[in-house]
Amino acid sequence: MLALHGMAWLLALQSLGELLARGLHLPLPGPVIGMLLLLLALRWSVVRDPVAACANVLLSNLSLLFVPVGVGVMTHISLVSQYGLRMLAVVVLSTVAGLVVTVLTLHWLRDRSTGSAEDDLHA
Amino acid sequence: MPKFVELWVYLSATPLFGLTATLVVYLLAQALYTRLDQAPWANPVLWTVIVLAGGLLATDVPYPTYFAGAQFIHFLLGPAVVALAWPLWQRRQELRQRWPRLLLAALAGGVVASGSAFLLAWLMGLPPEVSLSLIPKSVTAPVAMGIAEKIGGIPALAAVFAVITGLVGALTGRYLFDALGISTDPEGWAARGFALGTASHGIGAARALQVNADAGAYAGLALGLQVVLASLLIPLAFRLL
Repeated sequence: MLALHGMAWLLALQSLGELLARGLHLPLPGPVIGMLLLLLALRWSVVRDPVAACANVLLSNLSLLFVPVGVGVMTHISLVSQYGLRMLAVVVLSTVAGLVVTVLTLHWLRDRSTGSAEDDLHA
Repeated sequence: MPKFVELWVYLSATPLFGLTATLVVYLLAQALYTRLDQAPWANPVLWTVIVLAGGLLATDVPYPTYFAGAQFIHFLLGPAVVALAWPLWQRRQELRQRWPRLLLAALAGGVVASGSAFLLAWLMGLPPEVSLSLIPKSVTAPVAMGIAEKIGGIPALAAVFAVITGLVGALTGRYLFDALGISTDPEGWAARGFALGTASHGIGAARALQVNADAGAYAGLALGLQVVLASLLIPLAFRLL
Protein backbone atom coordinates (compact mmCIF):
# COMPACT_ATOMS: atom_id res chain seq x y z
CA MET A 1 0.00 0.00 0.00
CA LEU A 2 2.80 2.39 0.92
CA ALA A 3 4.54 1.70 -2.40
CA LEU A 4 1.28 2.38 -4.25
CA HIS A 5 0.99 5.66 -2.41
CA GLY A 6 4.55 6.45 -3.49
CA MET A 7 3.70 5.61 -7.11
CA ALA A 8 0.87 8.15 -6.94
CA TRP A 9 3.35 10.82 -5.81
CA LEU A 10 5.80 9.91 -8.59
CA LEU A 11 3.09 10.04 -11.27
CA ALA A 12 1.61 13.26 -9.89
CA LEU A 13 5.03 14.96 -9.90
CA GLN A 14 5.78 13.64 -13.40
CA SER A 15 2.44 15.08 -14.61
CA LEU A 16 3.19 18.39 -12.95
CA GLY A 17 6.62 18.30 -14.61
CA GLU A 18 5.04 17.68 -18.04
CA LEU A 19 2.59 20.54 -17.47
CA LEU A 20 5.37 22.94 -16.47
CA ALA A 21 7.63 21.83 -19.34
CA ARG A 22 4.91 22.37 -21.93
CA GLY A 23 3.26 25.40 -20.37
CA LEU A 24 6.47 27.35 -19.76
CA HIS A 25 8.43 25.90 -22.74
CA LEU A 26 11.19 24.75 -20.41
CA PRO A 27 14.15 23.00 -22.08
CA LEU A 28 13.97 20.07 -19.60
CA PRO A 29 11.83 16.92 -20.15
CA GLY A 30 8.78 16.51 -17.87
CA PRO A 31 10.15 13.61 -15.77
CA VAL A 32 13.36 15.60 -15.09
CA ILE A 33 11.35 18.55 -13.78
CA GLY A 34 9.35 15.99 -11.75
CA MET A 35 12.63 14.73 -10.30
CA LEU A 36 13.70 18.26 -9.31
CA LEU A 37 10.27 18.91 -7.74
CA LEU A 38 10.50 15.62 -5.81
CA LEU A 39 13.95 16.63 -4.56
CA LEU A 40 12.31 19.69 -2.97
CA ALA A 41 9.28 17.73 -1.69
CA LEU A 42 11.29 14.95 0.03
CA ARG A 43 11.75 17.15 3.12
CA TRP A 44 8.13 16.27 4.08
CA SER A 45 7.59 12.78 5.51
CA VAL A 46 4.13 12.48 3.85
CA VAL A 47 6.04 12.39 0.59
CA ARG A 48 9.29 10.81 1.78
CA ASP A 49 8.07 7.56 3.37
CA PRO A 50 5.84 6.33 0.52
CA VAL A 51 8.26 7.52 -2.18
CA ALA A 52 11.14 5.67 -0.50
CA ALA A 53 9.18 2.40 -0.58
CA CYS A 54 8.25 2.82 -4.24
CA ALA A 55 11.60 4.20 -5.44
CA ASN A 56 13.49 1.23 -4.02
CA VAL A 57 11.33 -1.24 -5.96
CA LEU A 58 11.48 0.81 -9.15
CA LEU A 59 15.21 1.56 -9.05
CA SER A 60 16.32 -1.94 -8.08
CA ASN A 61 14.58 -3.24 -11.24
CA LEU A 62 15.69 -0.32 -13.38
CA SER A 63 17.42 -2.41 -16.03
CA LEU A 64 14.17 -4.26 -16.90
CA LEU A 65 12.63 -0.95 -17.97
CA PHE A 66 15.15 -0.61 -20.84
CA VAL A 67 14.21 -3.92 -22.47
CA PRO A 68 11.22 -2.72 -24.60
CA VAL A 69 13.30 0.10 -26.14
CA GLY A 70 16.30 -2.19 -26.60
CA VAL A 71 14.23 -4.73 -28.54
CA GLY A 72 13.48 -1.81 -30.91
CA VAL A 73 16.91 -2.48 -32.44
CA MET A 74 15.08 -4.97 -34.67
CA THR A 75 13.28 -2.14 -36.50
CA HIS A 76 16.62 -0.69 -37.60
CA ILE A 77 18.05 -3.92 -38.90
CA SER A 78 18.89 -2.37 -42.33
CA LEU A 79 20.86 0.49 -40.73
CA VAL A 80 22.49 -2.04 -38.42
CA SER A 81 23.53 -4.38 -41.22
CA GLN A 82 24.93 -1.47 -43.23
CA TYR A 83 26.69 0.52 -40.48
CA GLY A 84 26.52 -1.90 -37.53
CA LEU A 85 30.24 -2.36 -36.92
CA ARG A 86 31.04 1.32 -37.27
CA MET A 87 28.14 2.31 -34.99
CA LEU A 88 29.27 -0.24 -32.41
CA ALA A 89 32.86 1.03 -32.63
CA VAL A 90 31.69 4.61 -32.04
CA VAL A 91 29.53 3.60 -29.07
CA VAL A 92 32.24 1.46 -27.45
CA LEU A 93 35.07 3.98 -27.91
CA SER A 94 33.06 7.02 -26.78
CA THR A 95 31.65 5.18 -23.76
CA VAL A 96 35.11 4.05 -22.68
CA ALA A 97 36.37 7.63 -23.15
CA GLY A 98 33.51 8.95 -21.01
CA LEU A 99 34.11 6.38 -18.26
CA VAL A 100 37.87 7.03 -18.16
CA VAL A 101 37.58 10.83 -18.12
CA THR A 102 34.93 10.81 -15.37
CA VAL A 103 36.71 8.36 -13.09
CA LEU A 104 40.12 10.00 -13.57
CA THR A 105 38.70 13.48 -12.90
CA LEU A 106 37.36 12.25 -9.56
CA HIS A 107 40.58 10.32 -8.88
CA TRP A 108 42.81 13.37 -9.42
CA LEU A 109 40.60 15.66 -7.38
CA ARG A 110 40.51 13.07 -4.62
CA ASP A 111 44.29 12.61 -4.51
CA ARG A 112 44.84 16.30 -3.95
CA SER A 113 42.29 16.60 -1.15
CA THR A 114 43.18 13.36 0.71
CA GLY A 115 46.88 14.20 0.17
CA SER A 116 46.52 17.52 1.94
CA ALA A 117 44.50 15.87 4.71
CA GLU A 118 47.37 13.45 5.28
CA ASP A 119 49.87 16.30 5.23
CA ASP A 120 47.82 18.02 7.90
CA LEU A 121 47.99 14.88 10.04
CA HIS A 122 51.75 14.57 9.65
CA ALA A 123 52.38 18.26 10.26
CA MET B 1 0.19 -28.45 -35.64
CA PRO B 2 -2.31 -26.05 -37.36
CA LYS B 3 -4.04 -25.69 -33.96
CA PHE B 4 -0.76 -24.53 -32.46
CA VAL B 5 -0.14 -22.09 -35.29
CA GLU B 6 -3.62 -20.57 -34.83
CA LEU B 7 -3.04 -20.28 -31.13
CA TRP B 8 0.35 -18.61 -31.67
CA VAL B 9 -1.12 -16.15 -34.17
CA TYR B 10 -3.80 -15.22 -31.65
CA LEU B 11 -1.50 -15.00 -28.63
CA SER B 12 1.31 -13.11 -30.37
CA ALA B 13 -1.16 -10.40 -31.42
CA THR B 14 -2.44 -9.55 -27.90
CA PRO B 15 -0.71 -7.07 -25.57
CA LEU B 16 -0.54 -9.89 -23.04
CA PHE B 17 2.16 -11.57 -25.15
CA GLY B 18 4.64 -8.67 -25.24
CA LEU B 19 4.30 -8.02 -21.52
CA THR B 20 4.58 -11.69 -20.49
CA ALA B 21 7.50 -12.41 -22.83
CA THR B 22 9.44 -9.39 -21.55
CA LEU B 23 8.96 -10.29 -17.89
CA VAL B 24 9.57 -14.04 -18.23
CA VAL B 25 12.67 -13.75 -20.44
CA TYR B 26 14.09 -11.02 -18.18
CA LEU B 27 13.53 -13.10 -15.02
CA LEU B 28 15.22 -16.11 -16.62
CA ALA B 29 18.15 -13.95 -17.74
CA GLN B 30 18.34 -12.49 -14.23
CA ALA B 31 18.42 -15.98 -12.69
CA LEU B 32 21.22 -17.01 -15.06
CA TYR B 33 23.13 -13.81 -14.26
CA THR B 34 22.91 -14.57 -10.51
CA ARG B 35 24.01 -18.15 -11.08
CA LEU B 36 27.03 -16.94 -13.08
CA ASP B 37 28.16 -14.73 -10.15
CA GLN B 38 26.99 -11.58 -11.97
CA ALA B 39 29.67 -11.85 -14.65
CA PRO B 40 29.50 -8.64 -16.75
CA TRP B 41 29.08 -10.53 -20.05
CA ALA B 42 25.98 -12.30 -18.67
CA ASN B 43 24.18 -8.94 -18.39
CA PRO B 44 20.42 -9.66 -18.19
CA VAL B 45 19.35 -6.71 -20.40
CA LEU B 46 21.76 -7.77 -23.16
CA TRP B 47 20.50 -11.36 -23.26
CA THR B 48 16.82 -10.43 -22.86
CA VAL B 49 17.08 -8.06 -25.82
CA ILE B 50 18.93 -10.64 -27.95
CA VAL B 51 16.43 -13.42 -27.15
CA LEU B 52 13.33 -11.23 -27.66
CA ALA B 53 14.51 -9.42 -30.82
CA GLY B 54 15.76 -12.73 -32.28
CA GLY B 55 12.53 -14.50 -31.38
CA LEU B 56 10.33 -11.75 -32.85
CA LEU B 57 12.33 -11.66 -36.09
CA ALA B 58 12.26 -15.46 -36.36
CA THR B 59 8.47 -15.66 -35.85
CA ASP B 60 7.68 -12.55 -37.97
CA VAL B 61 5.97 -10.73 -35.10
CA PRO B 62 6.27 -6.98 -35.87
CA TYR B 63 7.79 -4.70 -33.23
CA PRO B 64 4.60 -2.58 -32.75
CA THR B 65 2.68 -5.77 -31.83
CA TYR B 66 5.30 -6.60 -29.22
CA PHE B 67 5.42 -3.02 -27.98
CA ALA B 68 1.63 -2.97 -27.46
CA GLY B 69 2.31 -5.16 -24.43
CA ALA B 70 5.84 -4.05 -23.53
CA GLN B 71 4.73 -0.39 -23.32
CA PHE B 72 3.41 -1.04 -19.81
CA ILE B 73 6.97 -1.69 -18.69
CA HIS B 74 8.37 1.10 -20.89
CA PHE B 75 5.91 3.53 -19.29
CA LEU B 76 7.56 3.07 -15.89
CA LEU B 77 10.73 4.79 -17.14
CA GLY B 78 9.03 8.17 -16.51
CA PRO B 79 8.26 7.60 -12.81
CA ALA B 80 11.70 5.92 -12.49
CA VAL B 81 13.39 9.14 -13.64
CA VAL B 82 11.34 11.07 -11.03
CA ALA B 83 12.31 8.46 -8.41
CA LEU B 84 16.01 9.24 -9.02
CA ALA B 85 15.49 12.16 -6.63
CA TRP B 86 15.49 9.60 -3.80
CA PRO B 87 19.17 8.47 -4.03
CA LEU B 88 20.14 12.13 -4.56
CA TRP B 89 18.25 13.19 -1.45
CA GLN B 90 19.74 10.37 0.64
CA ARG B 91 23.25 11.61 -0.20
CA ARG B 92 22.45 15.31 0.08
CA GLN B 93 25.06 15.95 2.77
CA GLU B 94 27.94 14.42 0.81
CA LEU B 95 26.61 16.16 -2.26
CA ARG B 96 26.74 19.51 -0.51
CA GLN B 97 30.40 18.91 0.43
CA ARG B 98 31.57 17.46 -2.85
CA TRP B 99 29.42 19.16 -5.47
CA PRO B 100 32.20 21.17 -7.20
CA ARG B 101 34.26 18.11 -8.08
CA LEU B 102 31.22 15.95 -8.87
CA LEU B 103 29.83 18.62 -11.17
CA LEU B 104 33.24 18.97 -12.85
CA ALA B 105 33.51 15.19 -13.35
CA ALA B 106 29.94 14.97 -14.70
CA LEU B 107 30.59 17.83 -17.14
CA ALA B 108 33.95 16.46 -18.29
CA GLY B 109 32.64 12.91 -18.72
CA GLY B 110 29.44 14.02 -20.46
CA VAL B 111 31.19 16.37 -22.88
CA VAL B 112 33.86 13.77 -23.74
CA ALA B 113 31.29 10.98 -24.25
CA SER B 114 29.00 13.07 -26.50
CA GLY B 115 31.78 14.94 -28.29
CA SER B 116 33.88 11.87 -29.04
CA ALA B 117 30.79 9.99 -30.28
CA PHE B 118 29.92 12.78 -32.73
CA LEU B 119 33.52 13.21 -33.87
CA LEU B 120 34.12 9.46 -34.38
CA ALA B 121 30.80 9.07 -36.21
CA TRP B 122 31.79 11.91 -38.53
CA LEU B 123 35.29 10.47 -39.09
CA MET B 124 33.83 7.04 -39.89
CA GLY B 125 31.44 8.54 -42.42
CA LEU B 126 28.15 7.66 -40.73
CA PRO B 127 25.02 9.44 -42.08
CA PRO B 128 24.27 12.76 -40.30
CA GLU B 129 21.00 11.56 -38.70
CA VAL B 130 22.89 8.60 -37.21
CA SER B 131 25.69 10.87 -35.91
CA LEU B 132 23.13 13.20 -34.32
CA SER B 133 21.33 10.25 -32.70
CA LEU B 134 24.65 9.23 -31.13
CA ILE B 135 25.15 12.51 -29.24
CA PRO B 136 22.71 11.96 -26.30
CA LYS B 137 23.70 8.28 -25.91
CA SER B 138 25.07 8.60 -22.36
CA VAL B 139 21.71 9.84 -21.04
CA THR B 140 18.97 7.45 -19.93
CA ALA B 141 16.88 6.22 -22.92
CA PRO B 142 13.62 8.24 -22.53
CA VAL B 143 15.56 11.49 -22.13
CA ALA B 144 17.97 10.59 -24.97
CA MET B 145 14.96 10.20 -27.28
CA GLY B 146 13.71 13.69 -26.40
CA ILE B 147 17.14 15.27 -26.93
CA ALA B 148 17.69 13.46 -30.26
CA GLU B 149 14.35 14.76 -31.51
CA LYS B 150 15.33 18.32 -30.63
CA ILE B 151 18.67 18.23 -32.49
CA GLY B 152 17.48 16.38 -35.61
CA GLY B 153 18.37 12.77 -34.82
CA ILE B 154 16.12 9.68 -34.89
CA PRO B 155 14.53 9.14 -31.42
CA ALA B 156 14.17 5.34 -31.73
CA LEU B 157 17.78 4.99 -32.87
CA ALA B 158 18.95 7.26 -30.04
CA ALA B 159 17.16 4.99 -27.55
CA VAL B 160 18.89 1.91 -28.97
CA PHE B 161 22.29 3.67 -28.82
CA ALA B 162 21.57 4.61 -25.21
CA VAL B 163 20.80 1.00 -24.32
CA ILE B 164 23.98 -0.27 -26.07
CA THR B 165 26.01 2.45 -24.31
CA GLY B 166 24.61 1.29 -20.99
CA LEU B 167 25.58 -2.27 -21.77
CA VAL B 168 29.11 -1.29 -22.84
CA GLY B 169 29.57 0.52 -19.51
CA ALA B 170 28.17 -2.39 -17.50
CA LEU B 171 30.37 -4.86 -19.42
CA THR B 172 33.68 -2.96 -19.44
CA GLY B 173 33.53 -0.83 -16.27
CA ARG B 174 35.11 -3.23 -13.85
CA TYR B 175 38.07 -4.13 -16.11
CA LEU B 176 38.65 -0.51 -17.05
CA PHE B 177 38.65 0.77 -13.46
CA ASP B 178 40.91 -2.07 -12.29
CA ALA B 179 43.34 -1.31 -15.14
CA LEU B 180 43.38 2.39 -14.16
CA GLY B 181 44.15 1.43 -10.55
CA ILE B 182 40.99 2.91 -9.03
CA SER B 183 40.80 1.64 -5.44
CA THR B 184 37.96 -0.36 -3.89
CA ASP B 185 37.62 1.69 -0.69
CA PRO B 186 34.40 3.73 -0.22
CA GLU B 187 35.80 6.67 -2.17
CA GLY B 188 37.02 4.43 -4.98
CA TRP B 189 33.60 2.80 -5.16
CA ALA B 190 31.98 6.23 -5.25
CA ALA B 191 34.21 7.24 -8.19
CA ARG B 192 33.53 3.95 -10.04
CA GLY B 193 29.78 4.30 -9.55
CA PHE B 194 29.78 7.96 -10.51
CA ALA B 195 31.64 7.20 -13.76
CA LEU B 196 29.21 4.38 -14.61
CA GLY B 197 26.19 6.62 -14.02
CA THR B 198 27.74 9.46 -16.04
CA ALA B 199 28.82 7.50 -19.12
CA SER B 200 26.31 4.65 -19.15
CA HIS B 201 23.19 5.90 -17.28
CA GLY B 202 20.59 3.49 -15.83
CA ILE B 203 22.08 0.23 -17.07
CA GLY B 204 25.51 1.17 -15.72
CA ALA B 205 23.81 2.32 -12.52
CA ALA B 206 21.90 -0.97 -12.21
CA ARG B 207 25.22 -2.81 -12.53
CA ALA B 208 26.87 -0.54 -9.94
CA LEU B 209 23.94 -1.05 -7.55
CA GLN B 210 24.42 -4.82 -7.71
CA VAL B 211 28.14 -4.63 -7.06
CA ASN B 212 28.35 -2.10 -4.22
CA ALA B 213 25.93 0.17 -2.32
CA ASP B 214 28.20 3.26 -2.42
CA ALA B 215 28.82 2.75 -6.14
CA GLY B 216 25.08 2.37 -6.71
CA ALA B 217 24.16 5.55 -4.87
CA TYR B 218 26.77 7.61 -6.72
CA ALA B 219 25.72 6.06 -10.02
CA GLY B 220 22.12 7.15 -9.35
CA LEU B 221 23.36 10.61 -8.49
CA ALA B 222 25.50 10.82 -11.64
CA LEU B 223 22.67 9.63 -13.82
CA GLY B 224 20.32 12.27 -12.42
CA LEU B 225 22.96 14.96 -12.87
CA GLN B 226 23.68 13.84 -16.44
CA VAL B 227 19.97 13.97 -17.30
CA VAL B 228 19.78 17.61 -16.17
CA LEU B 229 23.10 18.66 -17.75
CA ALA B 230 22.50 16.93 -21.10
CA SER B 231 18.93 18.12 -21.58
CA LEU B 232 20.07 21.69 -20.88
CA LEU B 233 23.46 21.77 -22.62
CA ILE B 234 23.14 19.59 -25.76
CA PRO B 235 20.24 21.56 -27.34
CA LEU B 236 21.93 24.80 -26.22
CA ALA B 237 25.21 23.80 -27.89
CA PHE B 238 23.31 23.14 -31.13
CA ARG B 239 21.56 26.49 -31.01
CA LEU B 240 24.91 28.26 -30.63
CA LEU B 241 26.85 26.30 -33.28
